[in-house]
Amino acid sequence: MSIDLAQFLPTFLEESYEGLEIMETGLLNLQSSEDDSIHSIFRAAHSIKGGAGTFGFNQVTEFTHLVETLLDEMRDGRREILKSDIEILLQSVDCIRLLIDADHNKIVCEDESISKVESLLNESLNSSSTDTQPQNENKSEKTQTATDAQSWLINFTPQPHLVQTGNDPLFLFNALADLADLEIVCNTSELPAFSDIEPKELYLSWQIKLTSSDATEDDIKEVFEWVEDECTLEITLLTNEAISDVQEDEAVNNDTQEQSIQVQSTQPESEQSSKQELAEPLSPTAITTDTNVLTTKPQSAIMGKDKAPAAKAKPDVGSIRVGVDKVDMLINLVGELVITQSMLSELGNDFDLSKVEKLTSGLDQLLQNTKELQESVMRIRMLPISFAFNRFPRLIHDLSIKTGKQIELVIKGEQTELDKTVMEQIGDPLVHLVRNAADHGIESTEVRLANGKSEKGTISLNAYHVGGSIVIEVNDDGGGINREAVLNKAIEKGIVEPNSSLTDAQVFDLLFEPGFSTASEVTDISGRGVGMDVVKKNIQSLGGRIQVESEPGKGSCFKVNLPLTLAILDGQLVRVGTEVYIIPLITIVESLQAKAELINRVSGNMVLYRLREDNVPVLPIYQLFNLEAQCTEIENALLVVVEFDGQKVGLMVDDLLAQQQVVIKSLQDNYQQVDGISGATILGDGSVAMILDIPGMITMALKQSKIAQKTAVNHNVEVV
Amino acid sequence: MDIQSLAKDIPAQGEQSLEGIEFINNAEQYLTFVLGNEQFAIDILCVEEIRNWERPTQIPNSPNYVKGVINMRGIIVPIIDLRMKFGIGQCTYTVTTVVVVLTIEVEHKSKVIGFVVDAVSDVLNAEADDIKKAPAFGGSIPPEFITGLVNQDNNVVTLLTPEALYKIEKHQIDGCNQ
Repeated sequence: MSIDLAQFLPTFLEESYEGLEIMETGLLNLQSSEDDSIHSIFRAAHSIKGGAGTFGFNQVTEFTHLVETLLDEMRDGRREILKSDIEILLQSVDCIRLLIDADHNKIVCEDESISKVESLLNESLNSSSTDTQPQNENKSEKTQTATDAQSWLINFTPQPHLVQTGNDPLFLFNALADLADLEIVCNTSELPAFSDIEPKELYLSWQIKLTSSDATEDDIKEVFEWVEDECTLEITLLTNEAISDVQEDEAVNNDTQEQSIQVQSTQPESEQSSKQELAEPLSPTAITTDTNVLTTKPQSAIMGKDKAPAAKAKPDVGSIRVGVDKVDMLINLVGELVITQSMLSELGNDFDLSKVEKLTSGLDQLLQNTKELQESVMRIRMLPISFAFNRFPRLIHDLSIKTGKQIELVIKGEQTELDKTVMEQIGDPLVHLVRNAADHGIESTEVRLANGKSEKGTISLNAYHVGGSIVIEVNDDGGGINREAVLNKAIEKGIVEPNSSLTDAQVFDLLFEPGFSTASEVTDISGRGVGMDVVKKNIQSLGGRIQVESEPGKGSCFKVNLPLTLAILDGQLVRVGTEVYIIPLITIVESLQAKAELINRVSGNMVLYRLREDNVPVLPIYQLFNLEAQCTEIENALLVVVEFDGQKVGLMVDDLLAQQQVVIKSLQDNYQQVDGISGATILGDGSVAMILDIPGMITMALKQSKIAQKTAVNHNVEVV
Repeated sequence: MDIQSLAKDIPAQGEQSLEGIEFINNAEQYLTFVLGNEQFAIDILCVEEIRNWERPTQIPNSPNYVKGVINMRGIIVPIIDLRMKFGIGQCTYTVTTVVVVLTIEVEHKSKVIGFVVDAVSDVLNAEADDIKKAPAFGGSIPPEFITGLVNQDNNVVTLLTPEALYKIEKHQIDGCNQ
């Protein structure tokens, strides 16, 4: 049977990128505190290597093997976890990512960083681990010294469901038999009465005595590797040495087993003695690896822990992982919907006027169900913002090395949920803001100390919900924005009149002007590439806005306000001619009937409407879209005043219809981008209505007036 | 290992043979339709559905042959009048006017587009040998959109290339915007 491995390739890639994220997060954690994360890092590297081998990603396999070897030594405690090694490993994570891409595209990756990191890894591997802790050395040495005809006692107690997972103990025993001679005793004490036997369950356990001169504990464990979560496994070394006096000191830590596990961590002198006593009679001595625990339950706990960050740690997902609770809720709601539907259709079977009341209540119920269902479905698209935040610890880590500043990252509200599409597009602007904060915001250590601040700068990311939108704050406790410098620069660039008085907010808004940078020097980190104007544009294209607050000497805060979802919009339905358009409610300032006396025609047929203090240009939709409209006279026409980016425009419409929530559908899926239209939606009667793109319409109107100006000027020239 | 064990459980793709449907001959099938007085045909596998003409929602500032968009079970489908595009026949909308909705694969994405035609007529079986090259000098339809010509009784049917239909649409719209 030929297996088309290609169908599993996307899964492999997805898992590998997840694995890399786990490694990255783990490595960063490892620096701050030494914990179990080394195991999850190793596991991730191991499965990447394994998968890469299966798919013929040879570059990845080779490279990851080096990484794995290094990690293995760290894991076994044969190597101290040094900061420099972590740095190399972090770089290797980047390299593996490059290599996976390269192998995926079937090209040989020639990036020089890879050979560099590879040689660093080799160097690190070859440097003799002289600095390993003596007790650990002792342990590994002991494993190696006691080689002559070792006997291992393996207690293998599978969980009842082992065979249901497709594993067969016989295979395991055959594999063990390949290693060495076996004596197997089957324990049938758990076997229930014949009538009670559940044929799918396994009631047996085995005690295996394995005698071999060269089998190591790792070999044995490898045989059981795939069942370790489904069984209780005890591997005991029956040596002919005895521990003279087991010094039960620190290492008894997390043993969950009874005394059969004795801890090997003897002091150097006891090692000496135990070596001399090799001729002593057999006595069981537990060899412990990993966290000294051989029951596998704690390990599966570790696995469980791995999985949570795995689900969290994936940007740019083509698929969404949805919690079971959300799905269950959907099923409940659909159930209710079905009940309401059957109730209504029954009502419709023989309907008479006496049942009108029942019908209305049924329809109310339907409305309720639909709303709830809609909300739940939207919630499926919502992901915790940690997807976007997860890249920042690494970013800050790299930035603090590059800038030589000490920066601490504080993340708050990472469980705040946000639409997947918004999340994907907010990542880059956020990175830019964080880079800026690290580069321009946080001062150098000397300056900080001189100003009486702690030498460690703090950048905090904070996300929370406000009404129907999400707010993401990027705070730094740096020097703040220099108001004067910004203002001077703006005057120099001619953006602002020299003597104009501006509020703080207005001054800080200048930062988002194109080509604006107050940084006296352009650094490697920021000051190049996308500017703040692009950040603002990106945020606006998502329907959001950005605000700046800053206090000199105390720091700055960039507040990004975004709509929770791009999929649904509150809209005002308007009619122009025969067509229905939707104006996003959020852009509408007010709707009014134009009064003749407030209409002014100025500077060459531009129509302005006086709205209190403001003169609002009037934009007839029918002209912009070349439609037949019912109402072409501005006098007494209906105006919908909308605002975008401080610019107010009066849209002339024939009629105001209902307000409703609409689901946004893309026009680009099957057609293309249309100027002035941000999308389409389907109305209650099944017809399609276009959603107006206010900024786009303003640009269109500007373009049209420019053409008009040009032709007017040309015309004048001709006349002359 | 996870992946391998998975793979063992799943039968390899294409294992189920297509036995029992050999009675369908090797000829490709085409849907024929009428524009003006001419017969056209399109690969039947592209055809998503055939709909009655309904008035679509206009797209502002679109070329005149883009009639607008309709809602096809929640999908927004642009409607293009092939008669207007190719300059064949009268652009009237009667009860027999239909919209042939095609799914066109473009760069691994499928686009769903509806084309207004005067009527659909038949399914045509044509083997590769039956398809003749169209003469280079010709009518209003650019040659790259024509796969070939097929003789059917006394008529000649023009086979259209679906992918090209998407491209001309895109190309010409872009042209209009400039």
